[in-house]
Amino acid sequence: MTALVTQTDAASRSEPRASVEVRLEDLRRQYGSVSALDGLNLTIGAGELVALLGPSGCGKTTALRLVAGLEDADGGRVVIGGRDVTLLPANRRDAGMVFQAYSLFPHMTAHQNVAFGLRMRKVAPRERLRRAGEMLELVGLAAQSDRYAHQLSGGQQQRVALARALAIRPSVLLLDEPLSALDAKVRSQLRDEIRRVQLEVGTTTLFVTHDQEEALAIADRVGVMRAGRLEQLAAPTTVYTQPATAFVAEFVGLTNRLAGVVRGGAVEVRGVRLPLIAAGGADGPAVALVRPEAVSLSAATDASTGPLLGTVIALAFLGASSRVTVDLGDAVVLVQIPTADAVAYPAGTRVQVALRLDPVLITRDAAAVTP
Amino acid sequence: MNRRRHRRLEPFRTIVLVVLGILFLVPIGAMVEFSTRGVGINSPRTLSSFTSIFSYPDLTGAIVASLELAAITSAAMLVLLLPTMVWVRLRVPRMVRVIEVLCLAPLTIPAIVLVVGLAPLYQWININLSDSILTLGFAYLILVLPYAYRSLDAGLSGVDVRTLSEAARSLGAGWATVVTRIIVPNMSSAVLNACLLSVAVVLGEFTIANLLNFENLQVAIATIGRANAGVSIAVAVASLLFVFVLLLALSFVPRPGSRRRRVRIGVL
Repeated sequence: MTALVTQTDAASRSEPRASVEVRLEDLRRQYGSVSALDGLNLTIGAGELVALLGPSGCGKTTALRLVAGLEDADGGRVVIGGRDVTLLPANRRDAGMVFQAYSLFPHMTAHQNVAFGLRMRKVAPRERLRRAGEMLELVGLAAQSDRYAHQLSGGQQQRVALARALAIRPSVLLLDEPLSALDAKVRSQLRDEIRRVQLEVGTTTLFVTHDQEEALAIADRVGVMRAGRLEQLAAPTTVYTQPATAFVAEFVGLTNRLAGVVRGGAVEVRGVRLPLIAAGGADGPAVALVRPEAVSLSAATDASTGPLLGTVIALAFLGASSRVTVDLGDAVVLVQIPTADAVAYPAGTRVQVALRLDPVLITRDAAAVTP
Repeated sequence: MNRRRHRRLEPFRTIVLVVLGILFLVPIGAMVEFSTRGVGINSPRTLSSFTSIFSYPDLTGAIVASLELAAITSAAMLVLLLPTMVWVRLRVPRMVRVIEVLCLAPLTIPAIVLVVGLAPLYQWININLSDSILTLGFAYLILVLPYAYRSLDAGLSGVDVRTLSEAARSLGAGWATVVTRIIVPNMSSAVLNACLLSVAVVLGEFTIANLLNFENLQVAIATIGRANAGVSIAVAVASLLFVFVLLLALSFVPRPGSRRRRVRIGVL
């Protein structure tokens, strides 16, 4: 309700400035002998929200800090709105940032925090007051504007930090795992809130996270990073359904690794021929990556035989859906099905497994074949 | 269990407090007693030693010089040390230990040894720059480093310097603004502490000033002590009281840090 009111109000008042494109060109960053960024290329369209996703140490935070100017690049360029800012110090970059750690200035009220960037830009006091108030309203904290950080909850602090970053009308908004210090419920609320605000002000945004759910839920495009490089940059659904590499498939969502044989443009897994996402590749043994939700179960009859017959060894309740672990004798398969169906298969049940004929990705690194 | 241990410690604490209290208070009491004696054996107590402080022009000059030195040294210490410590913490953390050792070194060097090194320097300074007593500020800056460092270090570790300064910089603040508007306000009590310690050290300094032939407060007290013991003790008592009042004033300064340490995480 309040969100709706804010939305219409802010649209008429906050007069957002034109969104700009942000380009990272061949960015390199070295820590000693470790290469944190190894030639990262990424273009974020005007007003777009790109999430960088990856395990810790993959260079995603380094990329963000290079855009912010908090670290210096060893090579490459950062271009914001057509302007090369690679050599500009952080305070002249015009990048609003929200940090993982609580970063409100403890000696200032929420309002003073939000107005700080405007004060640095020598905005007149009256205008400062107006804009800071507007921003706090945008994040739904107008009533808390006189509170200090220690009087605000973690979620509120991060919302003030968001308002503070946006108050300076930055060319680019940088979010460095802003939700990871919060508990689960607040996290998903604030995640949706960040997206709403971002769409409203239209600021080009780079969001760094290690939480795939967060990235998939909020981003226009998701960039999956590994060892200082982008493995794949695509819309969330594409990243999930058509992962470019085995790493992406396994990092985003759960994946079953099932041994099979590639023959004539399809992979044969346990007697089932599955189409390939990427055509081509020589015939021969390979590992198919199959999503748990592309597997279904039915009760085994006494007459059932074949390579897809197994025994349930675990049942994990996840809410609306459940994850069933099935032992096929020489392999273990994770199956994700609606909880209502899963209750029929307690541990020990003999089941017949079926693979949906979705296109799958294959990998040939034999070391990782499920035993 | 904690409470029981607490109770067991109670008598020990009391003893320590009483013993140390006696150790501190008896000499001060004796000084007060001595400085308020009249001339004859049975003459009544008098404050004439205290009131006649101001009839010694050398002494008042020395008091003013010492106060000026205290102010200069504190200011120079802050300007030099605080940005350095912040910078080292943020940009060259592997140098933190080096800076610490450097800053604590003066504690291990006796003043007399310092003077041996400083004497030729001061000779040069007196000839080429100035022979004002205020040039002692250079030497005192070194003397107060260990105390100031300890205090500022404690203050800085209570603040998330990295995140706060990065946040401020991304909002458009330069380094000077980061230090003065963001870091100092969040460690104000540590800064005050460092200043107070510096003041106390400077007001109590004798060796260096004496050996370099400058007349600061302590040197003046010693000189007058030879002519009029009563007045010299009166000045000593007064300077002790001055530092004590400063300390007391400091303890009434609100400490914003202590209120804010707790961070609540949770409900929106």
